[in-house]
Amino acid sequence: MFIRILTSGLLAGAAAGLVAALMQFFFVQPVLLHAELYESGQLLHFGPEPRPSAHQDVGGFDPRRDGLSVLFTMLIYTGYAIVVIALMSLAELRGAQVNGRTGLIWGAAGFLVVHLAPGFGLAPELPGAAAGDLTTRQVWWVGTVLATGIAVWLIAFTRSWFGLGAAVALLLTPHLIGAPEPDSFQSPAPSELGALFVARAYGAGLAAWVVAGSLAGFFWSRAAEGTGQTADRKSAH
Amino acid sequence: MTPTATPVSAPKTATGSRSVTRVVPAVLAAFLGLAVVFIAGHAQSGALHQAAHDVRHSTGFPCH
Repeated sequence: MFIRILTSGLLAGAAAGLVAALMQFFFVQPVLLHAELYESGQLLHFGPEPRPSAHQDVGGFDPRRDGLSVLFTMLIYTGYAIVVIALMSLAELRGAQVNGRTGLIWGAAGFLVVHLAPGFGLAPELPGAAAGDLTTRQVWWVGTVLATGIAVWLIAFTRSWFGLGAAVALLLTPHLIGAPEPDSFQSPAPSELGALFVARAYGAGLAAWVVAGSLAGFFWSRAAEGTGQTADRKSAH
Repeated sequence: MTPTATPVSAPKTATGSRSVTRVVPAVLAAFLGLAVVFIAGHAQSGALHQAAHDVRHSTGFPCH
């Protein structure tokens, strides 16, 4: 069981990580590199006229930097996929159907839990953006992801009003407490770049998560078929 | 009423024993997955931060 979760997670996570890495390379990285030109002072937002062009050559493929990005994207999504499949296997015990189609919903929920919910307080940051104390932000991020994750599970799998009420409370609490904020703003990059970066980061994240969820469901259901677990489950119902 | 009680309780016991063999590995796997995410996303050692920098920004982890 443990090994099946890991192998399914490895396959789904690596594939989704590759999708995320490609999205990152073509859509997110150019915005990030553009912002770094402002962060390093090579471009000045409110400098002397004429203002810098919005279209900058941000360089091509950097084998070391982009290679490491691919590697770490695959690592992160593999970690996510293993967690998702572990949860899928538990949901199956409660009678949930897990396959490539229902996996799409798991993926969208995963995006909500680890990207959108913490990002509601701590938006994806362009390099150079002001932010509060790092450790406090990490604690808030972890707390928000846990609270939102439990809330989504309750919404999906409880039928009681108490469960739904607890879910709403868990969804709201981190944001009522509030994310750590910076003392002052300092981003040297134009706000247009910041906004585009957040939109791109979310778009790429949602695409990768939906792929991760769907593949996780697909590989998990295939693995279960291979060991005859599906037949076992069907006969039990 | 009595005949229906037997088939209801039988699958319950089966589910109970299967639960343990399925829940424990799932919990262990979930912790392993979380550990991978934390090392890649949150650990602050210099080289690791440098290597994962762009990904952390794009995936919304607190970075600097």
